[in-house]
Amino acid sequence: MADKIARENRLFHWVDERLHIQTLVDYMSHKVVPQHSHSFWYYFGGISLFFFVVQVVTGILLLLYYRPGADSAYESVKFIISEVSFGWLIRSIHSWSANLMILAAFIHMFSVFFTHAYRKPREMTWVTGIFLLALALAFGFSGYLLPWNELSFFATRVGTGMAGAIPGVGDFLMKLMRGGEDVTGATIGRFFGLHVAVLPGVFAVLLSLHLFFIQRQGMSEPLEWAANPQFKKYRPFFPNFIMRELLVWLIMLNLLAVLAVFFPDGIGVVHWPLGQKADPFAPPPPVIRPEWYFMFAFQALKVLPAHLLFIEGELAGIIILTAGGIVWTLIPFLAGKFSSGKKPTLIIAFGWAVLAFIAVLTILGYILE
Amino acid sequence: MDEIRDDRRNFLNWLIGGGLVAFLGSVFYPVYRYVIPPPSGEANVSQVKLPFKLKELQEDEKKSRIFKFGRNVGIILITPENELKAFNAVCTHLDCTVQYRKDLSIIWCACHNGRYDLEGRNISGPPPRPLTAYTVHLDNATGDIFVAEAKG
Repeated sequence: MADKIARENRLFHWVDERLHIQTLVDYMSHKVVPQHSHSFWYYFGGISLFFFVVQVVTGILLLLYYRPGADSAYESVKFIISEVSFGWLIRSIHSWSANLMILAAFIHMFSVFFTHAYRKPREMTWVTGIFLLALALAFGFSGYLLPWNELSFFATRVGTGMAGAIPGVGDFLMKLMRGGEDVTGATIGRFFGLHVAVLPGVFAVLLSLHLFFIQRQGMSEPLEWAANPQFKKYRPFFPNFIMRELLVWLIMLNLLAVLAVFFPDGIGVVHWPLGQKADPFAPPPPVIRPEWYFMFAFQALKVLPAHLLFIEGELAGIIILTAGGIVWTLIPFLAGKFSSGKKPTLIIAFGWAVLAFIAVLTILGYILE
Repeated sequence: MDEIRDDRRNFLNWLIGGGLVAFLGSVFYPVYRYVIPPPSGEANVSQVKLPFKLKELQEDEKKSRIFKFGRNVGIILITPENELKAFNAVCTHLDCTVQYRKDLSIIWCACHNGRYDLEGRNISGPPPRPLTAYTVHLDNATGDIFVAEAKG
């Protein structure tokens, strides 16, 4: 036993002599996490991160057999789920984990919003987080097309068509995304490159920044604590918080395994059967809808009249959604100063309005189809 | 007392360690199996009808053609004695595709100058084994050529 400890110490000293990790260990051992009735929400960022790691691993595995191209994409996905050992499971986990990651990221974002954790000095953490969510949505959009089946083909046609409605640059943007006039094999090439090379690269950089900010600044404390320091209570980051986080990840892994095994094609509105191969000359399937996280935007564009004042409805919708996104991103700078003990009612109301807007339009989207 | 504690500790260590091993196994086994490619979907054949007729082969300047034989490639040639011969065209050295050299009356591999005689025997250069010979059947009425795996 004593030998073992001496051995571990020697190894530690060997590394410490070269990399000075003792300072890091000291830093981590002093790090604490606020403990209060809303501590629960702190785990959702970590959950998103966990699902992202699952995405990277399963994505690399899918790459072993996936072949982009109009003649091979559908066939290779079919090959993966029907011929390759556990191929169906890898695809199922990749799809489930994608949806759960975006769900966890949305919960993370709204919990940060309603606890006002974006306030000074964490403005940049919020902004990088919003960009990360935007990238996650781009991952979802580009990945959706890759199996080259009927549903993905038409959904991508609609999605890229939206960009075409922007005056001036719209046509250019649409052609840029599609790699031509229409959604073809060239589009698969572009979306594939985006999905497996461009987005992961940018995502890795932003994620590193996001995590660096969080480690540097620590967790945000509740607003009320400033006025009532007697309520302050903390939990050591290591090992207490880390152990809890690991437990949450283990639970998530189990949830993922159960969903992936029992519902390999998804369930309800979260559904990804391979179905028929995309045929540009066949009529579209009766129901074309985007993934659930795009439903509110899709529905918003649908309910607008053909003309709003002097501009086209679709264009008006894109302008409103874009403006909303910009305001949301800049919230830390627009919210003004937070005085201790006073609830920022206006901000909270704005948050509920956004949440209601998204929820109502999403539900409408599924009911009205 | 201490012994009982040690026993319990040991038992727990085994339980948790075993659980961990089982957990890691259940994660990595599917990954391991997934990484191993499944057997090729293309069936292996034992006989093919060549996509050209005897006349085309006779008119061919090289007196030889390469053809697809299931998952393999084959070579067919007309010897100076006017015999039809067919072999698996994969060089036994490093899997290059061999060709017929009418001028030298040999089957030749361009990659490393391997040479086979017209019976497929390796006669010089690096090839370690003879080429696998196929049997050739000719339908004299139509000029169709059938190539089959040699029996035995």
